[in-house]
Amino acid sequence: MTKTAVHSNDATEETATRSQWWDVWDQFKTHRGAMVGLIIFVSILLFVVVGPWVWTIDPTHIDIRARNQGPSLAHPFGTDQLGRDIFARMMAGGQVSMAVGMTAMALSLFLGTLIGVLAGYFKWLDGPLMRLTDLFLALPLLPLLLVIILLFRERLSSVFGPEGGIFILMVFAIGITSWMQAARIVRGDVLALKEREFVLAAHSIGTAPRKMILRHILPNVMSPIMVSATLGIANAIITESALSFLGLGFPPDFPTWGRLLFDGVDFLQQYPERVLFPGIAISLTVLSVNYIGDGLRDALDPRIRGR
Amino acid sequence: MKMKTALLGAAAAFAMAPMAMAERGADGHVNIIYWQAPSIMNPYLSGGTKDLEAASLVIEPLARYDQDGNMVPWLVDSVPTVENGGVSEDLTTVTWKLKEGLLWSDGTPVTSADVKFSWEYCTADGGGCAQSEKYNDVVDVETPDELTAIVKFGVSKPFPYGPFVGAQAPILQKAQFENCLGPKAPECTEENFAPIGTGPFTVTEFRPNDVVSLEANPNYRDASKPAFATATLKGGGDATAAGRSVLETGEFDYAWNLQLAPDVLANMEAKGKGKIVSGFGTLVERIMVNQTDPSADLGDERATKKHPHPFLTDKNVRQALSMAIDRELLTEIGYGAAGRPTCNVLPAPAIYASTANDGCLVQDIAGANELLESAGWVKGADGIRAKDGVRLSMLYQTSTNAVRQDFQALIKQWWGEIGVETELRNLDASVFFGGDPGSPDTFQKFFADVEMYANNFDGTDPESYMANWECKQAPSPENQWQGNNMPRFCSEEYDALVAKMAVTGDINERAELAKAMNDMLMQEYVIIPLVDRGRVSAHSNTLGGVILNTWDSELWNAADWHRVK
Amino acid sequence: MLTFTLRRLLLAIPTLIFISLVIFLLLELAPGDPMAQVPLTVPPEVKAQMREALGLGQPIHIRFVKWLYQFYVVEPLYLADALFGTSWSEGLPRIISWQWRSSVLDVVAQRIPQTLWVVGLSYVIGAMIAVPIGVISAYRQYSIFDQIGTFISMVGFSVPTFFTGVLLIVIFSVNLGWFPSIYDTTLVVNDWPSFVKQLKQMVMPVFVLALYNAAQISRFMRASMLDNLNQDYVRTARAKGLGERAVVLVHVLRNSMIPVVTVIALGVPTVFSGAIITEQVFKVNGLGQLLITAIQANDLPTVQTLTVIFAILIILFNLIADILYGILDPRIRYD
Repeated sequence: MTKTAVHSNDATEETATRSQWWDVWDQFKTHRGAMVGLIIFVSILLFVVVGPWVWTIDPTHIDIRARNQGPSLAHPFGTDQLGRDIFARMMAGGQVSMAVGMTAMALSLFLGTLIGVLAGYFKWLDGPLMRLTDLFLALPLLPLLLVIILLFRERLSSVFGPEGGIFILMVFAIGITSWMQAARIVRGDVLALKEREFVLAAHSIGTAPRKMILRHILPNVMSPIMVSATLGIANAIITESALSFLGLGFPPDFPTWGRLLFDGVDFLQQYPERVLFPGIAISLTVLSVNYIGDGLRDALDPRIRGR
Repeated sequence: MKMKTALLGAAAAFAMAPMAMAERGADGHVNIIYWQAPSIMNPYLSGGTKDLEAASLVIEPLARYDQDGNMVPWLVDSVPTVENGGVSEDLTTVTWKLKEGLLWSDGTPVTSADVKFSWEYCTADGGGCAQSEKYNDVVDVETPDELTAIVKFGVSKPFPYGPFVGAQAPILQKAQFENCLGPKAPECTEENFAPIGTGPFTVTEFRPNDVVSLEANPNYRDASKPAFATATLKGGGDATAAGRSVLETGEFDYAWNLQLAPDVLANMEAKGKGKIVSGFGTLVERIMVNQTDPSADLGDERATKKHPHPFLTDKNVRQALSMAIDRELLTEIGYGAAGRPTCNVLPAPAIYASTANDGCLVQDIAGANELLESAGWVKGADGIRAKDGVRLSMLYQTSTNAVRQDFQALIKQWWGEIGVETELRNLDASVFFGGDPGSPDTFQKFFADVEMYANNFDGTDPESYMANWECKQAPSPENQWQGNNMPRFCSEEYDALVAKMAVTGDINERAELAKAMNDMLMQEYVIIPLVDRGRVSAHSNTLGGVILNTWDSELWNAADWHRVK
Repeated sequence: MLTFTLRRLLLAIPTLIFISLVIFLLLELAPGDPMAQVPLTVPPEVKAQMREALGLGQPIHIRFVKWLYQFYVVEPLYLADALFGTSWSEGLPRIISWQWRSSVLDVVAQRIPQTLWVVGLSYVIGAMIAVPIGVISAYRQYSIFDQIGTFISMVGFSVPTFFTGVLLIVIFSVNLGWFPSIYDTTLVVNDWPSFVKQLKQMVMPVFVLALYNAAQISRFMRASMLDNLNQDYVRTARAKGLGERAVVLVHVLRNSMIPVVTVIALGVPTVFSGAIITEQVFKVNGLGQLLITAIQANDLPTVQTLTVIFAILIILFNLIADILYGILDPRIRYD
């Protein structure tokens, strides 16, 4: 959003804008952690997206004679209690978890930032929006989700098909129940920023609120938003598994990382690898996003970029 | 129930009890863990198994069932039967004679007035007694003397052991609960949390949904029991953690209902701290086959008799679904020693168990394919069979539970091999088993093609259980979706058998009728039984005297529990 | 600031009633049945009678008004009676649970000690270690300390407590036998051995939760410090000749606290809602376990009461956060 907005505002200075983003990329490249994070992230993405084309075992195929096997050439990660190939399940599960994690995080950040900025910047919106936040914070999660599922499951699956419908439902459910923290944090920062000299200066030269928010306020609340984003992905992946486990999400034979992790906990002592693989996958994803976020924040900060 | 078998059962139970004459309270403290925490100690106000079993440490019925399903006298000297004159010839009155010298834990004598009161308590208006079915048709309880209670039924009762028998219908103390009748029942917090009883223990502190602290009943009828001076019944957590605390860390002595993957359980037992015990009752994991059309397009008439199912009304399809299932493998994966494959929806007691359907134990995918082929269901390009434009594509729902989800995945694969497409759905148990008419996801509404769950019956008499599949028991909007006939099976012949059983007294004839009903359901394939599920619990090596009982409370013989030195 | 506080407190009353209503309607709308845990052997007619006895037959608006009266009038009176020995609440109906058929708030009070011991303490510890970790991580950005801190906090946050908890139990209870795997809520601490026992049973749940909380707070602390360390006023302070310690701990820290205060203020009420999974794993049976069992059993009065108490705390702590903003940065004005 910021990107396109900045772009259109500076439409006359097309070339200058492009070079600014090149600057960001140049700075980003020098950030070792960020580059490692980016490489890991892209590898995971390739693993889950391209992997299934190479490793063609059906993740839901049951080969009961081959159950509870350790890692081998035929099954690099071993098999589960029904003889399903865990390697294939990790790939299939990763697609869902990454997709749900990313989109749900994006939705919750968008909602959180929007509400936080509006409440922090416009005094008359502060009261109503923050009381709304209080309400959402107070709502019990499980009954809320049950109601959402009750109201929308059939309708969504008739429009988007069973899997598409559930996907939208999950993203919506996780997004709608996790934006509040980001909103409160952004609002807190905006309240303080609003009184800073550069904002007052911009105000005095008659900058319109829209421009003010996009050019002056938002870039300065990027770092808490980045942290929220990293934490948000982990949160979304885990929440998805909890929901699917409760029967509120994807069908039970549909693997996701969170679900694999959850199912593996009972076998912790016998087959520790079953917990380790999804656990490592989730942690790596979150860590890589964290470092990318770090690098991006540094790259976007003109004070650092200059150095 | 024959008197002789009853006595033999009692004798067997006593033979296994500790022979050494221990002193009451000599063995210190016993720790019991229930991963579902008890909420209340009054089984009349809560039907939950956890509450019933916790309460059974404190309050007791007149007679109960032993580990083999035989009735044993508990607060009486003998179980009344027609032979010993305790039950009248016309099967309308039952005379119970209390043991002499019985005392409540507060030291006052137990009298027939308490027995009568227990009936009044449960049948009082506005009380919402969870066990009122046990007192069905009771018109009066007469108390000619201190120790005699005569139960009078309004109709002839071939099986008159509903009232005051089993953990569901214990005796309450009249003096304590006198002011708690009907709508006042919930006001009696102290009474409901710490009832005065005749059992081996009394409550010292009750914390709802957390922990019950108990101590030995000073007035227990056997001066040498219980061996433990105090007991703790802790609740909460999950089955894995409960099993771990007994079998791996040894913090607890007894863990209830460990429904875990067999290899997880075996691995825990290998630690050598405790033993797994299992026993079989009447619990059968089964698939119900919907005879009505659950399509959402039908609106309010969805899953009602007005619209027969497009393909599950074809018996060949139902039979093929059953043939494709490997019950041995399901049992091995899901339950291990705590399950056995079954082809009957009524697997026990032995007298009622049919052997006519045992052919289902062998999986026959080729046969199922042939059957479908010959019935005109041909595989399409996608591998799914179809006939006249109807595809064999189903929605298969069940409650959330690791074993059930494994079963779903396996069965989906087998059905795939016979050209049947299956979509799986799992639902939160509190929604699935709840009767909320506003929710589309209840097992009664059955807005799916097949559904899987387990059910059983209380005690040993299957009459009311088999009556579940009468035509009129089918859930529908007219009866607010209440009723137990989930497949919406309807047969005049079956209803006639139900009616006949209600008036038949002879145990052998009753058994024949029950078997006939079971066979009819099985051979119509409207219910596909999978596994006869046992109960698995665990006790530490130092806890002696445990006899797992699936017909009554698991804690039924806690008085005999003792420390093995 | 005082008028602001008073206005917000007054405004909280209608807000709370509105939130109560929304929660009530939500729970009504949610599918579920208090009879779901009753065995299938109990016939439907009996279940219908049991529902009736719970008061489910009454129309929804009557039940709501009744609950409002019980929660906002009767229960406070009852509390006053318990505190001051008065007898205002005698004979008035309290909020009754559908599970244990007795007062909801008595059981809530019963659960508070273990919740505070475990969840509360872990929050305090988490916040106390997170702030210095965040400060050092930011001040020495990309040092070994920062890298390790980042790694641990990210793993701590992305691996769910249902896994870390079980892992700890397997290591420390099953294999080493150091700590009990089951929390004893009846333990009374009155001497040294019982205190040691209490410590032992708290170690694992507190560690798991503190790790999770610290991970989250330290990330926000670090990010916010980083933002401020490059500001002009820091350079000015240094140029003025202020000691490095004073610059970082007084100026930068104070200005970096706003997001951290927000996160902590959001976190404190969740202490009271308990930590559902951790409580379940360690059998702490605190308020989180109370809430989840009530939801599973569809015990609406208990769910409603717990949620509204939670809402009160949220409103209160968000107000405290707003006041703290004004103290941390006096330029922020609400009036």
